[in-house]
Amino acid sequence: MSSVLYDTPGPRARRRNVIFSVVFFVLLALFAWWVWQKMDEKNQLTSALWKPFTESEAWTTYLLPGLANTLKAAALSMVIALPLGAVFGISRLSDHRWVRAVAGTVVEFFRSIPVLLLMLFANEFYARSTDVTSDDRPFYAVVTGLVLYNASVLAEVVRAGILSLPKGQTEAAYAIGLRKGQTMNSILLPQAVTAMLPAIVSQLVVIVKDTALGGVMIGFTELLNSRGTLAANYANVIPSFIVVAAMFILLNFILTSFASWLERRLRRSKRSTGAVLGVEKVDDLNAAEIGGGFGSGASA
Amino acid sequence: MFDFLEGYDVLGAFWMTVKLTALSAVGSLIWGTLLAAMRVSPVPLMRGFGTAYVNIVRNIPLTVIILFSSLGLADVFGMTLGAEDFDVQGFRLAVLGLVAYTAAFVCEAIRSGINTVPLGQAEAARAIGLSFSQTLTLIVLPQAFRSVIGPLANVLIALTKNTTVAAAIGVAEAAYLMKTMIENEAQTLLIGAVFAFGFVVLTLPTGLILGWLSKRLAVKR
Repeated sequence: MSSVLYDTPGPRARRRNVIFSVVFFVLLALFAWWVWQKMDEKNQLTSALWKPFTESEAWTTYLLPGLANTLKAAALSMVIALPLGAVFGISRLSDHRWVRAVAGTVVEFFRSIPVLLLMLFANEFYARSTDVTSDDRPFYAVVTGLVLYNASVLAEVVRAGILSLPKGQTEAAYAIGLRKGQTMNSILLPQAVTAMLPAIVSQLVVIVKDTALGGVMIGFTELLNSRGTLAANYANVIPSFIVVAAMFILLNFILTSFASWLERRLRRSKRSTGAVLGVEKVDDLNAAEIGGGFGSGASA
Repeated sequence: MFDFLEGYDVLGAFWMTVKLTALSAVGSLIWGTLLAAMRVSPVPLMRGFGTAYVNIVRNIPLTVIILFSSLGLADVFGMTLGAEDFDVQGFRLAVLGLVAYTAAFVCEAIRSGINTVPLGQAEAARAIGLSFSQTLTLIVLPQAFRSVIGPLANVLIALTKNTTVAAAIGVAEAAYLMKTMIENEAQTLLIGAVFAFGFVVLTLPTGLILGWLSKRLAVKR
């Protein structure tokens, strides 16, 4: 195998690689042994701590309802944030300067402040200004925070999706006499949606991860919060963390794999214009590179 | 109008945010570079470890990692990280969690940078007789580093925002203070605006400066 960093290995390089492998393996094994020792020392390996997870009660009472709430908040946030993001994304491409300016300011503002701040604010706002019951309030606050943040990230996804289409699409639409609105609705948006799908699916991973914030900070009973109740009941802090982390990893791994599969499939299909916003895009957008023209967002 | 700010150390809280960001940035840059080196190394076991680490850690919510560092590492395993009092311990645990999490993203950014260097560059370098270390230091790394400034800036901005998660284990940074203030004072909207403004001030210059730098230093191909 050859890469930009190293050539196809000869006999000496192969021998060196074997030595590196052995040394690295020994280091890993030592680390694993040390972790195992520590676990054993603190009695974290006793079967009593792990037993609850083999019985249905721990799942039906704590983990599955928590997971359901996580998924509910994530799905609802996505469903609300998508159309909102589409509106702001399209507004940022408007021909009118003031529409562009307003949409741009809103999007950049909500992208540059942490989701946790939005959730805390929404929670307090609902408590003071609305009559949402205190049981529902954390859920509302989590969804509000997630919607505000993710709508602005999705707005950038939509914008990048539309900008990634070949210019000829717009020109052809104008040439056959379509108006601006018609061009957007029947020519650009349908194609952009296809191009954006992988990026939209991988944004779901970000939303699922962010629901956990609501669990710790404003008492929303999602998966991480349920873990606390479970651990208090069975006194198994470490096992509960491992199980919950594994659930998050599995869930997000499924979403990531689906997004990459979608990306490959869309890239292959001959009917599309060939523009696909990759999964990688999402990491860039979530960081909120501010100032539009400076970052990679506009040049997609 | 802003007299509700009295009695609260807003600047101190943001200073804590800055300290968390700076220390975690340095830590995750080191650990992330090591991970990236593993992921592009010719040793399959190291590549496997790097890939596994990145895929696992990226899919765990940061909140879970930070909470585990406090409830798991500190409370159950008694890892105090050499801290004497509770505040210092929380700070160090938060940095540990942030480094573990952010390094996965740094690793991916650096790896993508190395991948942008065309294979022909290294082949040409070898053809004119440069040794491996010369190829690496004169040809590959300079091009790779220049192309990752943009992605690394994004990681840094995301890290700045992610430091708010440290509030979950009681580190007195901006989000923690905002939670306290918003519960005790009546001016919800103004408090929200003050803290939002603080984060815009922290992230805006980072984005602008590093964005400008990455444009200037980009390798034109």
